[in-house]
Amino acid sequence: MEFKDYYTTLDINRDATQDEVKRAYRKLARKYHPDINKKDTAEQRFKEIGEAYEVLQDIEKRAAYDKFGKDWKAGQDFDPPPDWDNGFEFNGGGYTENDASQFSDFFESLFGAQGGPGAGQHGPFTGQHARYSGKGQDLHAKIVIHLEDSYKGSKQSLTLQRPAVDESGHVITRPHTLQVSIPKGITEGQQIRLAGQGAEGMSGGVNGDLFLEVAFAAHAHFIPDNRDITLTLPIAPWEAALGGAIPVPTLGGTVELKIPPNSQTGKKLRLKGRGLCSQKAKGDQYVTLAIMTPKAVTDKETELYKQMKKEMSFNPRSHLGV
Amino acid sequence: MTTELHYTIIDESCEYSLRELCTVCKVHAQFVQELIDEGILSPEGQNPGEWRFAAVEIRRIQLSIRLQEDLRINLPGTALALDLLDEIDQLRRSKSHLEQFYALNKQS
Repeated sequence: MEFKDYYTTLDINRDATQDEVKRAYRKLARKYHPDINKKDTAEQRFKEIGEAYEVLQDIEKRAAYDKFGKDWKAGQDFDPPPDWDNGFEFNGGGYTENDASQFSDFFESLFGAQGGPGAGQHGPFTGQHARYSGKGQDLHAKIVIHLEDSYKGSKQSLTLQRPAVDESGHVITRPHTLQVSIPKGITEGQQIRLAGQGAEGMSGGVNGDLFLEVAFAAHAHFIPDNRDITLTLPIAPWEAALGGAIPVPTLGGTVELKIPPNSQTGKKLRLKGRGLCSQKAKGDQYVTLAIMTPKAVTDKETELYKQMKKEMSFNPRSHLGV
Repeated sequence: MTTELHYTIIDESCEYSLRELCTVCKVHAQFVQELIDEGILSPEGQNPGEWRFAAVEIRRIQLSIRLQEDLRINLPGTALALDLLDEIDQLRRSKSHLEQFYALNKQS
């Protein structure tokens, strides 16, 4: 098991005061909250910060942890010495509201699995609001899919760490694999609600629900906005000036788009129904034109530009008065 | 364990009454009322019995709960955070468009 340096996690010195611990935690929690920070690593980081705070905010736990001193570095292989916690008492108060079932093995080996009502029961994208006694918590997870998965519909296999309570009453996590059907036309921020797939209920209570919130992986060319898809399409100057049909990639394959003569960079054209369409709602694809200028390399190419310069009265700076 | 499941898609074709919304989000009607008063939720309909909530409101309720509990933000602060998050989303999209244009310049 890897040693975790909680002071590094919160970016504080080992002699930080309890107030400094609290301030560092709050600042980092705001920064890495997965609802606010869109980076893939934010959720993991947020959990680590919560775990570090769980230990360092409590004077007893912090004192016990400090016994390992400076000699340990994060990531080093670690086993707690037997009886290391002699003289410390971790039962009862001092637990934060962070979801203890999400803490690391390192934490559990030192402080045990924190079960029961004393330990917190929520956290972002974990469980929240176990308000009805016995009923399992609702779980929230993000599912990252490709735009193509939404365009065509797909099936995804997803493994979640689901909190459960073992025979001795401790909160543990069990891996749980689900086959989820991604319906055609699902969009970012929409949720798939799986009734009864949340945390297990206690003492005969029903299970909570599982909410999967959809997010799209970044695409090289297409940018989604709700149901609509935008693509920046490079075109040649003669295509822009003369107009005509040109091939355009869409999520459903290549289609022909008719460009009106004398189009300019930034012109937006619509391909109706080529966005993310569900059974009830339709999305479009928008194509933004971007005129690319070919380089004058050969003598003939240079001559063509010189001819244009001579024969076309064109001043792109007339609106600037020059 | 692998299971084939029954699911509901919460998209723009769904609408919820106050009771349904409370059941799905596991909150009290009082909390929903507070979110409406703060302008975080805006149901259709004149009185609580007639209120219809769009599906997107479910996400706003869940976000409100998480922000309040994880970051100890009060209700007006939550409303502000949600508005700012929406705006950041818009700005991110505009930025992606601009970046595509700049990428074209580098190619040529």
